[in-house]
Amino acid sequence: MEPAGQRNDTIALSRNALAGLVNAIKLDGFAVFGPTVRDGAIVYDHLDSLEDLPIGVTDKLAPGHYRLAPREDHALFGHHVGPHSLRREFLIPVATLFRARRTPQGFAQIEEPPPARKLALFGVRPCDLAAVAIQDRVLLNDAYRDTDYAARRHGVLVIAANCTQAGGTCFCASMNTGPEARAGFDLALTELDDDTIVCTIGSDVGRALVQRVEHVPASDQLLERARLLLNDAATHMGRTMDPHGLRDLLATTLEHPRWDDIASRCLGCANCTLSCPTCFCTSMEDMTSLDGTEASRLRRWDSCFTVAFSYVHGGAVRPSLKARYRQWLTHKLGSWHDQFGSSGCVGCGRCITWCPVGIDLTEEITALRQPGGS
Amino acid sequence: MPKRPRVAVWKFASCDGCQLSLLDCEDELLAVAEAVEIAYFPEASRAFGKGPYDVSLVEGSITTPHDAERIREVRRSSKVLVTIGACATSGGIQALKNFRNVRELIATVYARPEYIDTLTTSTPIRDHVPVDLELRGCPINKNQLLELLNATLNGRRPNLPSHAVCLECKQRGIPCLMVTQAIPCLGPVTHAGCGALCPAFARGCFGCYGPSDAPNTVPLAQHFRSTGVDSGTVERLFLGFNANAEPFRTQALRMSLGAEAKPSTSKGES
Repeated sequence: MEPAGQRNDTIALSRNALAGLVNAIKLDGFAVFGPTVRDGAIVYDHLDSLEDLPIGVTDKLAPGHYRLAPREDHALFGHHVGPHSLRREFLIPVATLFRARRTPQGFAQIEEPPPARKLALFGVRPCDLAAVAIQDRVLLNDAYRDTDYAARRHGVLVIAANCTQAGGTCFCASMNTGPEARAGFDLALTELDDDTIVCTIGSDVGRALVQRVEHVPASDQLLERARLLLNDAATHMGRTMDPHGLRDLLATTLEHPRWDDIASRCLGCANCTLSCPTCFCTSMEDMTSLDGTEASRLRRWDSCFTVAFSYVHGGAVRPSLKARYRQWLTHKLGSWHDQFGSSGCVGCGRCITWCPVGIDLTEEITALRQPGGS
Repeated sequence: MPKRPRVAVWKFASCDGCQLSLLDCEDELLAVAEAVEIAYFPEASRAFGKGPYDVSLVEGSITTPHDAERIREVRRSSKVLVTIGACATSGGIQALKNFRNVRELIATVYARPEYIDTLTTSTPIRDHVPVDLELRGCPINKNQLLELLNATLNGRRPNLPSHAVCLECKQRGIPCLMVTQAIPCLGPVTHAGCGALCPAFARGCFGCYGPSDAPNTVPLAQHFRSTGVDSGTVERLFLGFNANAEPFRTQALRMSLGAEAKPSTSKGES
């Protein structure tokens, strides 16, 4: 792995300086969101200060299994990814798309300002940033632009945290999205074991921001230490998945017996899709006021795992669990390439961790690569 | 003012909790009372308006020969019949008697068993008359009831998703209790509507809303067993307020008969 960025774009700062950076961001009027411990997990939520990070806490990840555990050190970023992805902040669970009023002249839309919030993401992971780039491609760069998503994405400040260790369900190295962030950030941090933070500057905004706290140019020695840590994480992924040929594999194994086998284990609960940082399926609901004078249209998270999602006149297109699971995996890893020019998977491992019965897509792909039987 | 729809509320074998959800509408109650004519609602009013009714809300299950006749009367006098709650929709907690010898149960409970005139089963309304729509829950969620009335008044389809509770849990951002704490939770096979009430308080889903539209109970039960929950406890999980709902009843019987399939390895079942 190449050292992060150009030499003059990489600085080093102390933990105190990093705390100052958080304060500077807050002074600029940003709401700071990042990893913090809540409800027995490390979720993305409001941070008041560096102290709200999961200091000295890590997470043990396995299929269908997530536990917090203490660390022997007091690392800020000594954890992996939790149940929440960044789509909670941008493609929010329930959004009102518009409201309208009945008038004597007919149907009049109620003008409302777009959602406005200065949001700073602090300590977010490279796989999650890669997922945001994929959702941007889907929701901003197509003929149909999601205006609510666009408003929430606008002007977001991103301070990424590179991963110096990999979790039991992580496979970002396979999907080429981590453990080091390569794009989509203003600053990217690599925490060394002596609390020194190596920081890559990714934008002019980031450059201006670090001028407000004490820092020094990163020495070759520090860069080398960061590189070794990131290399170590890349070579210790809990999972691997060969990304080559997946599109063709999934296009040619639609009748593989493995799909029946998966359907016998799958709960059809949709947790994989709702944990996935790139899944974007939503459904529309029309609401009315009781007296019928006002109406609103809501956009709500949905999933290809629900029967109703594929309902068209006369019935569901995908009535069996087998068909629904297959739809998800073939889209995510296969036809996503045709539709959006990349894989839909960033290797974050959430669908493995948060499947209540621990179905592991990397294992399923291995099985699908075997001809005929499972 | 256009003619207001006439609404009737009926009670069969039940605890009244679902009817009370209507009175529990508080903030919206006056608006509802203005929008519809509550023609028959003994729980709330002494005015007993005669039928026919535009909408009948039916609470409770059928457990007596008398009620089996009465529900036909209700159906005859109602344009639209909506069942409210687990009793009316699946038979309720009292459907546990469907799994037992009712004569013995009566003898155990009542000093004078001969006074009791009951059917051997507790059954949902749909087993007796055609039902237009079912509202799930024990009790129902008042917001779903309002949504139903609202949609009916405005001539639109009510938004009542039939998928699993998990979607509501994830929308609220609650970390999965099964994954973080190995708590047995019926959420993956249970019909949405409560807004993931229990998981929000770190309790596994009790299945109050009955089976979702596509519940896969077998691997869920196998998973509970694999995390150390004994077979009897898994059986009782499914024998709740919706014990008589087909997928839950079948899973409970599988457990009691010891017919639970072996936890599936990924081999040999395809």
